[in-house]
Parts: sequence; C-alpha cells; structure tokens
Amino acid sequence: MTSEPVISAKNLSLTFQTNDGPVHALKDVNLDIEKGDFVSFIGPSGCGKTTLLRVMADLEKPTAGEITVNGVSPEEARKARAYGYVFQHAGLYPWRTIGGNIRLPLEIMGVSKAEQDAAVKEVLELVHLDGFERKFPWQLSGGMQQRASIARALAFHADILLMDEPFGALDEIVRDHLNEQVLELWARTNKTIGFVTHSIPEAVYLSTKIVVMSPRPGRITDVIDSPLPKERPLEIRDTPEFIEIAHRVRDGLRAGHEDDA
Amino acid sequence: MIWVIAGLAIWAIGWWSNVLLSRRPKTRATGLAVPAIFGITLILIWECMVRGLEISPVLLPPPSMIAARFGVSTGILWEDFVQTVIKGALSGYILGCGAAFLIAVLIDRFPFLQRGLLPVGNFVAALPIIGMAPILVMWFGFDWQSKAAVVVVMVFFPMLVNTVQGLQATDHMQRDLMRTYAASYGQTLLKLRLPAAMPFIFNGLKIATTLALIGAIVAEFFGSPIKGMGFRISTSVGQLALDLVWAEIVVAAVVGSAFYGGVALLEKAVTFWHPSQRG
Amino acid sequence: MAGLWHRLGPIVTVVIAIFVLWYAGTLALNAPWAQDKAKRAGVELSFSELVADTMSQKKPKLPAPHQVGQEIWKTTGEMVVKGRAFSKRSLLFHSTVTLSSTLLGFALGTALGIALAVGIVYNRTMDMSVMPWVIASQTIPILAIAPMIIVVLNAVGISGLLPKAVISMYLSFFPVVVGMVKGLRSPDHMQLDQMKTWNATSGQEFWKLRLPSSMPYLFTSLKIAMAASLVGAIVGELPTGAVAGLGARLLAGSYYGQTIQIWSALITAAALAAALVGLIGLMQTVVLKRMGMVR
Repeated sequence: MTSEPVISAKNLSLTFQTNDGPVHALKDVNLDIEKGDFVSFIGPSGCGKTTLLRVMADLEKPTAGEITVNGVSPEEARKARAYGYVFQHAGLYPWRTIGGNIRLPLEIMGVSKAEQDAAVKEVLELVHLDGFERKFPWQLSGGMQQRASIARALAFHADILLMDEPFGALDEIVRDHLNEQVLELWARTNKTIGFVTHSIPEAVYLSTKIVVMSPRPGRITDVIDSPLPKERPLEIRDTPEFIEIAHRVRDGLRAGHEDDA
Repeated sequence: MIWVIAGLAIWAIGWWSNVLLSRRPKTRATGLAVPAIFGITLILIWECMVRGLEISPVLLPPPSMIAARFGVSTGILWEDFVQTVIKGALSGYILGCGAAFLIAVLIDRFPFLQRGLLPVGNFVAALPIIGMAPILVMWFGFDWQSKAAVVVVMVFFPMLVNTVQGLQATDHMQRDLMRTYAASYGQTLLKLRLPAAMPFIFNGLKIATTLALIGAIVAEFFGSPIKGMGFRISTSVGQLALDLVWAEIVVAAVVGSAFYGGVALLEKAVTFWHPSQRG
Repeated sequence: MAGLWHRLGPIVTVVIAIFVLWYAGTLALNAPWAQDKAKRAGVELSFSELVADTMSQKKPKLPAPHQVGQEIWKTTGEMVVKGRAFSKRSLLFHSTVTLSSTLLGFALGTALGIALAVGIVYNRTMDMSVMPWVIASQTIPILAIAPMIIVVLNAVGISGLLPKAVISMYLSFFPVVVGMVKGLRSPDHMQLDQMKTWNATSGQEFWKLRLPSSMPYLFTSLKIAMAASLVGAIVGELPTGAVAGLGARLLAGSYYGQTIQIWSALITAAALAAALVGLIGLMQTVVLKRMGMVR
C-alpha cells in the first residue's frame, strides 16, 4: 500500500473505572485500515469490538495510545463529518418521516433544501427504499427501518461507514438479504466500512479483513485478510475457501477463550 | 313508589344492555355507547330516586330542575364563566405553563440546577399549594389577577417537573447519533430533545388543566368581586339555592372536560408518533 | 462523601436560595409600609432601621421566615411545654383535626380505588362503562363543590369528620384506580399464559401474580392520593365556619389579615404533607425491598 491508512491505531488502550475496579475494555490495540477496506470486528461480548468502533467515532476517549482517522484525531474527524454511524437499533425519530429522518443530519450540517432532496432520493435508491419517503418509521418492518438508518448514515457522503451490529436484532432471512445489499452498496460507493458483528458467516461473507478479538482485556488476537473476490454471491458461503476462513475465525475465537479460562 | 320501581328498572335495563354491548367485539361505536348508556342511566336513576323518595330539592335537586335553572340563568352563568375561566384560569394557565416551560429549558443547560430543582420541584408539587390562595388574594386584590396568580403557582411545578423529565427522555444512542453529526447544543435541543419531550410536556399540560380550574374557583372563596363561579357557589350554598350551584357545577364539568379534551386533541396531533397515541 | 455532596449539594443550594429570595421578598414587599409609617411619624429611616422594621411588622405583606418559625414554635412546642398542647390556639390541635379527616378520607379512597380497579380489570362491562367516567370525574373541579357537599351532609345530620373525609376520598380514589388498573394489568402475556398452563384459578392468578406485580404502581399512586387527600381536607374545612383545622386557620387568618398565622398554617400543612408522603415512601422502600423488586 502506498497511501496513508484511513484509520490507524497504535498501542490503543481504554480502561473504564467502575465500582468493581478498572475494566480493560481495550488493551494495546494496533490496527491499520486502508481506503476501501471492509473490516469486520468479531468476538464474544465484552471483547471491546463496539468500544473500538466508538473510539474511532469519538464516542469514547482512549486512555492510552494513539488513533487517527483520515490522518487527524477522531474528534477532528467527527467535526469534519468524516463518517456515518449505524447503531444496533435503527433509532429513527418516530415524529419524522423516513425522508425527514434522512434529512436530519443534512439539516444539522446546513445543507441547502435542493441538495437535501437530491441526497434523500439518491440514498433511498441505494438501500432500495424508493417510494417510502413519506412513511413514518413505525409503519415499516424492522429490516426496512434498519435500511433507512443506513441511508441516513450515507446521506452526507462521508467516506467512512461505521456499523455497530446493525443487523443483530433482525432474523436470519432478512439479515442475508441485507448483507447482500450492503455488499452491493459497498461496491457502488467504494466506502471504507467498519462492521461489528458476532456472526462468523456474516463477518466472512462481508469482509476483506476480519479482526478477531477476545475479552478481559479486550484485544486483537488475529487479523485475517480474506482471499475471497469482491464479487460475492450468497452461494459463496458453500465454497471450500469460505469454510476455511470461517474455520480460522472460529479457531481464533476459541484460542481467545482458552487463555481466558 | 312508581318512581323508585322505574329507577330500578332503568338501572336493570341500562346494565343489561351494557353487558350485551361489552360482550361484542369492541368498536368505536360500542366504545362510545357503553359509557354514554352508563351516564344516561345514572342521570335517569337520580331523577327517579329524587322524585320517588321525595328528597328535598334543598338537599339534592333532580336533574330536570337543574336543567330548568340552567336555562333561565344563562346570563349569570356566562358572566361567571368569563370571570373565572377566561380571566382567571386561562390567563394563569398560559402564564404558569409558559414560565415553567421556559425555566425548564433554561435549567436544562445546568445539571447542577437540575439536580437541585427537580427534587425540590417534586416536593413542592406534592404540597397543598392551594393554601397560598389567601396570601395571593391579599397581594393581588379581589379581582381576577389574584385568581390568575393562584393558578400560576399551582400549575408551575407539575409543568416544570414534567418538562425537565421530558428533556431527559432521550436515550444514549440518539444522543450519540447527534454527536456523530457534530450537532450543536441548540440543534440537539430543537431537533431531538424537544420533540422527544412532547409526550411529557403534554402530560404536564393535561394535569395543569384541572389544577387551573380548581385554583381559580377555590381562590374565589377567599374573596372576589360579586361574580365568578366560586363566588356564586359559596353564596348560593348559603342561600340554599342548590339548583344554581348544580348549574355552576355543570358548567365547571363541561368546561373542565372541554379544556382537558382540547389539550388531549392537540396532544394527539403533535405526538401522533408516540406508541400511546397510535392505538 | 463526594457522592453525597453530588446529590445533596444542589438541593441545599436551591433551598438556601429560596430562603435568600424569601428574605429579599420580605424586605421589598414590606418596605413601602415601613416607609409610609416613618413618613407619617416624620422620621427618616436608615437602611438598617428599614431592614429591622420590615422583618418585625405585626401584619406584614410577607412575614420573614424567622417570624413564621417563631409563630409555629409558639403555637406548638411552647404550648406543649405549658401543658396546653391541644388548646384551641395550638397548631397541634388544628393539625390533628386535619390529619384525622385526611387519613380517614385516604383510607376510604384507597379502598374504593382498589375495589374499582379490581372490578375494572376483571369485568369487561365495568371497564367499558365505568373507566371513562372515572377519568371524566377528574376533569370536574371537585374542590369547587366541596362547600356544597359539606352543607348538604350537614343538613342530613352528618357533620364533623365524615363530610371532609368524603371530599378527601373523592380526590384520592382517582390516582389509586388509575395506578392499580395499570398495575394489575402489568403482568405480560407470557406470565399470564404461564399461570394458565398451571391451570391456576382466577383467585390464584390475582393473589400470586397480579397483586404482587401491582405493588410498585400502588405505592406511587398512594403518594399522590395522600397529597390529594390532604388538600381535600384543608379545602373541606373552609366552609364549615372556620372552626377547627388548618384550612380554618387559613380562612381565619385571611379574614383578619393575620399573615403570620396564614403562613404558619401553610408551612405546617406543607410539613404534614411531606411527612405523610415520606412515610408512604418509606413503606414503599421496605415492602418493595422485601419483595425483591428493588435492590
């Protein structure tokens, strides 16, 4: 790689002070994410995968080490609106229509009305929700709500998309469908994506790079570069290559658990 | 005796028809019909029992007599309505709720003030504030200004507590989302926290409607010009003109329900998105 | 220690601020009268004399906190010391009068409220016909007809405690009905279905599931009901010709412009409300802790 990494963490640590003593949510994390990467973070609960994503988004402050996003600190990146963030729950405002929800970040950023209209139309098409602009979130299914929340994160054309278990609350059939759509979206927009999940097939199917993490203290145990091609039909999950990577992820997760016990 | 039997019969018919209606699947029509039948049955039983048991109208006038009195006294009732409801209750309601809302938004910026005012506000909201009425009547005179002042004091704390709680009602995720947009304090307040607070704010506004009417009427017991619903009630009780008292009560009930209903309708329009309103 | 300050500090600050404002208000409101008096006497008041005067007037527009405190002590503690704790001038006497009708009305209201709530939860006809009227009954300013209830009940020979308690009851049953209906309906479908799989009778379902689940709701409503009941008792005392009770003290004070008396009755009523509501809060903590609903 010749270019600078989009996200770069060096010896990153984060310790929460709780009533039961300090909790090492992250310890000595080193990671580079290149432009256009699709990076999955996988691991059992408490391994710090969500915390790591939140540190990148400047929703948590690291207690030691360094991290840069687009070459600057996460705070500066946040203020420059460098990334879109998708939470586990859609969190759409019930008092706004789907269109109104997508418009929300644009209003805050002071984008003109005409540009707002154009952006809403564009991202609704990207997530295949055209025609639902005037519906209210509670009139939509859970999967559609989550697609709308992805559209909201895409609306302001940030180059980075951070997703924290976005499909964790959905059933598997909807989830497969959305996974396909996310890949299609990634291919069309060429964004850098950070994706937290606890599903091995999801991580392997989506990613170019899989970061395996383990708890107490939260740390990276393995980073796997996926040899799978960029074009991935759902059937790819039955190929030997896919199964081999899945095995390696599972081994990494198990190793993390063994030295925990 | 016939009246008593008629009353019992009406009771039986009313209850029986409601039992039948309530067994059927609930629709809008039965939802309205059942309480309506219940109410009408009560009034008819009242009429029959007062006539049948020959209760003195000084104690409990029959509904027909109250209706007749209402018909001939509309002038007085209107005058009292304007004095008590429009001048006293409504102006106090607007002032009190408005002030509480503004102060809630102001102290929202200062967690220190919030932590101090919320428990104190909760405490004061449970106190018999109505007792302030004689003091306020002394300060602001006998006319409607003192009634409005009583209403202001009564509605202020419930409204303040509800608004402050409402402004805290957003969850972490929603506030994190605003943070990822690098939204300013004002933007977060305007676009997220105020809309999210609306169900709480309307809860306060609804509680305040009843309090406003009570405050305006009771404050008149401590002194008023020779008009107003509270004045009319206390003097008519003294003259044993209970039919006029009941006519005033009907006005109060209708106004109270309409006031409450109006705020509830507004709430439905503003917080249509809230699960409790989607039905 | 830091945690305690974090919690209490702001409250203490606000309370101190209230006292400061109160004193400032005393000065501002009573000054015109003091100036007036001085002018008529032809003397010029220095600032310290002005302050001293505003804090010690006999019928001030706004009595200073310490004046009210002295009055309360004079009509409670001192009376006890003199052995006349329940004489007609004692606030203790008036408080007991108000307290007894408050408690009676509260007990009646709570009983009525729970009974109605059980009826509404278990009987569909009751639910559909009574519930809307329970809600509508509260939009009627009941306090407005308090005088009438008192007079009518007096006329049929019921006087004393009961008429006032009836008003308290009317005010306090509503929060109990609403809270208990919500509470008795708070078990979810799964819990109710589980009862069904055990073939529990509706009585068992009530005592073992619905009633325990409703406890947090019950206590919250009881606090509101108690506060409302006290208001009812005080207003109920207004039309009885100002004989006894805190409400009567308020009315008498307002007739004769005895502001210090009004304020001391008011503060006593507030203390009474706080004590009663606090007592229920204490019971709530103990009961819910025993039931394992709070830690």
